[in-house]
Amino acid sequence: MVCIQPVAPTTAQPDARGYFGHYGGRFVPEALIAALDELTTAYTDARSDPKFTARLNGLLADYAGRPSPITEAPSLSEHAGGARIVLKREDLNHTGSHKINNVLGQALLTERMGKPRVIAETGAGQHGVATATACALLGLQCVVYMGEVDTQRQALNVARMRLLGAEVVPVTTGSRTLKDAINEALRDWVTNVDTTHYVLGTVAGPHPFPVMVRDFHRVIGLEAREQMLARYGRLPDAVTACIGGGSNAIGIFHPFLDDPAVRLVGFEAAGDGVDTGRHAAALSAGAPGMLHGALSYLLQDSDGQTVEAHSISAGLDYPGVGPEHSWLKDTGRAEYRPITDAQAMDAFQLLSRTEGIIPAIESAHAVAGALQLGAELGAGALLLVNLSGRGDKDVDTAVKWFDLLEGQP
Amino acid sequence: MTARLAPMFEACGAQQRAALIGYLPAGYPTVDDSRSLLYAMLDGGCDLVEVGVPYSDPVLDGPTIQAAADAALRGGVRLRDVLSVVESIAGAGGRAVVMTYWNPVHHYGVDAFARDLAAAGGLGVITPDLIPDEAQDWLAAARAHDLDRIFLVAPSSTDQRLAMTASVTRGFLYASSVMGVTGARDVVSGTASELVGRAREHAPGLPVGVGLGVRNGAQAAEVAAFADAVIVGSAFVTAAADGGPPAVRALAADLATGVRRPAPQPA
Repeated sequence: MVCIQPVAPTTAQPDARGYFGHYGGRFVPEALIAALDELTTAYTDARSDPKFTARLNGLLADYAGRPSPITEAPSLSEHAGGARIVLKREDLNHTGSHKINNVLGQALLTERMGKPRVIAETGAGQHGVATATACALLGLQCVVYMGEVDTQRQALNVARMRLLGAEVVPVTTGSRTLKDAINEALRDWVTNVDTTHYVLGTVAGPHPFPVMVRDFHRVIGLEAREQMLARYGRLPDAVTACIGGGSNAIGIFHPFLDDPAVRLVGFEAAGDGVDTGRHAAALSAGAPGMLHGALSYLLQDSDGQTVEAHSISAGLDYPGVGPEHSWLKDTGRAEYRPITDAQAMDAFQLLSRTEGIIPAIESAHAVAGALQLGAELGAGALLLVNLSGRGDKDVDTAVKWFDLLEGQP
Repeated sequence: MTARLAPMFEACGAQQRAALIGYLPAGYPTVDDSRSLLYAMLDGGCDLVEVGVPYSDPVLDGPTIQAAADAALRGGVRLRDVLSVVESIAGAGGRAVVMTYWNPVHHYGVDAFARDLAAAGGLGVITPDLIPDEAQDWLAAARAHDLDRIFLVAPSSTDQRLAMTASVTRGFLYASSVMGVTGARDVVSGTASELVGRAREHAPGLPVGVGLGVRNGAQAAEVAAFADAVIVGSAFVTAAADGGPPAVRALAADLATGVRRPAPQPA
């Protein structure tokens, strides 16, 4: 039934079963349903509890450093057809990315549900670090599942998580990346659900994760919208973000959904190129299917087996995407385009050299996209780019890519 | 309509014993070998085989079944091979249901899969990651093609969900003995009998099978004391890997003795 009947477009909320149009739902073992219901209730109650909201807002301000500023990037604009580029600086949040917004919310919910233990998956390590941080702050036990490939390419973040007191479990099954880390976290959750909350790090997974994680990240777009109006006296012509699961993108897109003049453009990881088959562009090249509990666009073969994703960016190296993005694609409210590893790394270097900001490789996909979009829209266009994270963790990858140890490129 | 598995449960009931159900993934280690292993399972005393669809992301499976599914997928097994294995078993007079994560069926087409499985002689489908709330199209297809729909319940299922799940289940209700993934365990948890008891309250007359963790005849006897069917998976995969069809046949025989062993009847 999930794919058959037409559903009226909605800009705001999923239905009671967690469907955004045709996408979402709960394709998980029955064993998890009680925990998902418990979480839905706890989240619904918390949202209308002023004490919870005050505590979360207090942490976001005093601990995470919100609001994050916006920074205009004039030198970068010269490479973007003269379009003005404004960066939303989620890289300046505590722990170095947008991930802290969601994690603080879910950690407070964990406390509220009386669960002493937290598990999380991580790709680039940003969500893992944020989760380990919140657990250290609130005194929760923390176990982070991370694909073995990612523990190697994001070794700095593994060390950070361990410093924060978290246990990092390298996952050696499947592609040994983010997808398999989520599988392992789900297996842990099925086994330990009585004592454990799964702090899922993106807007994927079974209901209520896509809507809850989105709501915790809406602060990005709410702030940015006000900041743009205050500084420029108008809304941007386009908002861009990178898309793996899609949490930073939905966070900045969502408050602009009802501003039809604002284009929303998500940039997926195209790896070696969408036509090479080695990429992570689920929306550009996938088809609807179930993975990790939701129906959404998915990279899969002709038998419905998940296809391994490929991206230089560990945080975008995921064959699925959050269900709300699938719906935004189908309704045409948002556009999704691929950015290759090479394009992202060029943008990574360009932003570093022109503006003195080393972005996460994930975020560099959004920067590369803004360069493209700026060239299309030309001078006078105003672009808002979600700079979702900083690039310290990616220095090893950049050293190899640019051959920096052998001399200047 | 009567459940396709009703005659099996009636026959077992007449012998005052639980049914023995064995699982193996199709295509492990090869498609032909999996046929031989499933035949050996039936030959050794299984009343029903669950033919598993190997899947890339089996979140309810422990390491044993994950490894077997990976090996089968690396060997190139396709959904149509699973159907052909079912057809072979049915053709040889055995009873088979399919156990599958949902995306392969969704991708194949739910009605097309039900039609082709019924045509192959399959009796039903076990759906570890499809809950009844999401299963309207499957329930319609199962009715149209007269297949049993075997949903799972867990110790964490509320009474309300037990009742709802049982109300749309046909064949038998699959009770997970523990909270966790598949894999042989030394002790079958006490939560299993409690869950079966709750299921019976909500669905008198619906057979209840217990799976997750059973690996030998003694444990089978223990479970057979309170369940209508004993379901064994990972232990068969291990036997297949270690000793091929003879080991699988021997394990099935041991388990078959277990389900026939006099054991205290449930209150």
